[in-house]
Amino acid sequence: MIKFEKVTKIYSNNSKGGHQTVALEDISFEVREKDFVSIAGRSGAGKTTLLRLILAEERPTQGKIFFDGEDVAKIKSGALPEFRRKIGAVFQDYKLLPSKTAYENIAYALEVTGASEEEIARDVPKVLEIVGLTERANNFPAELSGGEKQRAAIARALISRPEVILADEPTGNLDPYHTLDIIRLLLKINELGTTVVLATHNKEIINSLGKRVITLEKGKLIRDEEKGRFIL
Amino acid sequence: MFINLRRIIKFGWQNLFRDGGLAAATVFILVLAISLATSLFLLKDIGQFLITSLQEKADISVYFKARALEDDILNVRQELSKIPEIKEIKYVSKEEALSSFVEKHKGSPILIESLEEVGGNPFLASLNIKAFQPEQYQKVTNFLDNTLYKDLIEKVDYYQRKPVIERIFSLTSIINRSGILLSLILAILAILVTFNTIRLAIYNSGEEIKIQRLVGASNWFIRGPFLVQGAISGIFATLICLLIFTLISWQLSPRIEFFFPGLNLFQFFISNFWTVVLIQLVAGVGLGIVSSAIATRKYLRI
Repeated sequence: MIKFEKVTKIYSNNSKGGHQTVALEDISFEVREKDFVSIAGRSGAGKTTLLRLILAEERPTQGKIFFDGEDVAKIKSGALPEFRRKIGAVFQDYKLLPSKTAYENIAYALEVTGASEEEIARDVPKVLEIVGLTERANNFPAELSGGEKQRAAIARALISRPEVILADEPTGNLDPYHTLDIIRLLLKINELGTTVVLATHNKEIINSLGKRVITLEKGKLIRDEEKGRFIL
Repeated sequence: MFINLRRIIKFGWQNLFRDGGLAAATVFILVLAISLATSLFLLKDIGQFLITSLQEKADISVYFKARALEDDILNVRQELSKIPEIKEIKYVSKEEALSSFVEKHKGSPILIESLEEVGGNPFLASLNIKAFQPEQYQKVTNFLDNTLYKDLIEKVDYYQRKPVIERIFSLTSIINRSGILLSLILAILAILVTFNTIRLAIYNSGEEIKIQRLVGASNWFIRGPFLVQGAISGIFATLICLLIFTLISWQLSPRIEFFFPGLNLFQFFISNFWTVVLIQLVAGVGLGIVSSAIATRKYLRI
């Protein structure tokens, strides 16, 4: 469902006299439906760039990215919102809207699709229950702990029933206990039939998952194994 | 579609109240801008009033010799009224001149006594002439110098009053021009300050807008609430301004009327109430919406 074809991404920095940074180089791989794929690698290996390319936040310098057979780089700006509703994104820094409560943050993802009030009133409490945040529904992000914020973010990514969830270092700011919590949640989501792409540099997580691992180093894809391990 | 509109309005309203401090600052700046727009409107009228009342004061008088008959004077007036440049001619008879002198100086007995000393009526009949433009007085004077009734004319006080008349007219044109210039500068200033305040307020929300884009919100769904916020701030600012101006014009009106008799600010404000409301709404809501639209544009390009 997601396919990278010889993708290269180069950031050119004008201030340094045209100095160029190669973030990704000649990357090709495919993510099948209902896969649980981990993208492993050190900080700066290109994991975040890879996810940003899928979300069409960035365009590839060379090569093509397909989502459900559609060339992502050719999606017009006006059609991007529609496209992004098929993807649930989870970030290391949560990216919750600070002026909305947990409930409202989750409801927002449905509201942008034009869902009815009844749908929202029915689905949001359900998702809150799945992530275990029913009690904290009316708290603002500033009043939630790191783990709770991330669960709220996952709930928001889940609510519009996306085809794929992209998680960029979702446990980067969490302690080991909450890390386990979040990973279990992602596994549960995957079992229910949603594709999950997880980018992380956490060795223990990757080793404990026993799922497909794509390893990046300095922008290059160096390993792609089913039931892989974290080896760098 | 309808549900989106409802949500946009709801979010705008919600953001405004949850962002209390920032909203208050925006409304405050809008109040300043709207006050300025309203003041300019009111000042324009006060200026017009001042200019007209100053111009009213510029005139010349033709005094007739004591032997001149009223009929002759009225004939002169008849002749003068054929000159198109003349705005107004008023005949002041000897009796009227006397009674207005007595009326004017009834507080100073010395003048009244000296008048009695002279005995009879020492005043001359006169024609009081007002022209549209200062340079036209010369033409009137030339006409009087060449009329058939020249022998009856005691004096024309034009040459005495010439500098004063010219000063008055140059003063009024300065008031007019500097008023327009000042209004322009102030208006530009108000627009810039308002725009920048709103831009800074939205700058704070830059990250939020990016998140909304990533969650799949369309541009209008993101921009809408900011426009609603701008509009609501404008409406609040308008209400506050109306209250302030009603109070000020009501309180200050008697004092202003004391200095400029015939100028009733409160009366003017009330009779132009809906124009003022319109100016304020257009200024407030317009500034709010346009500034928000421009300020959000930058963040919507992801």
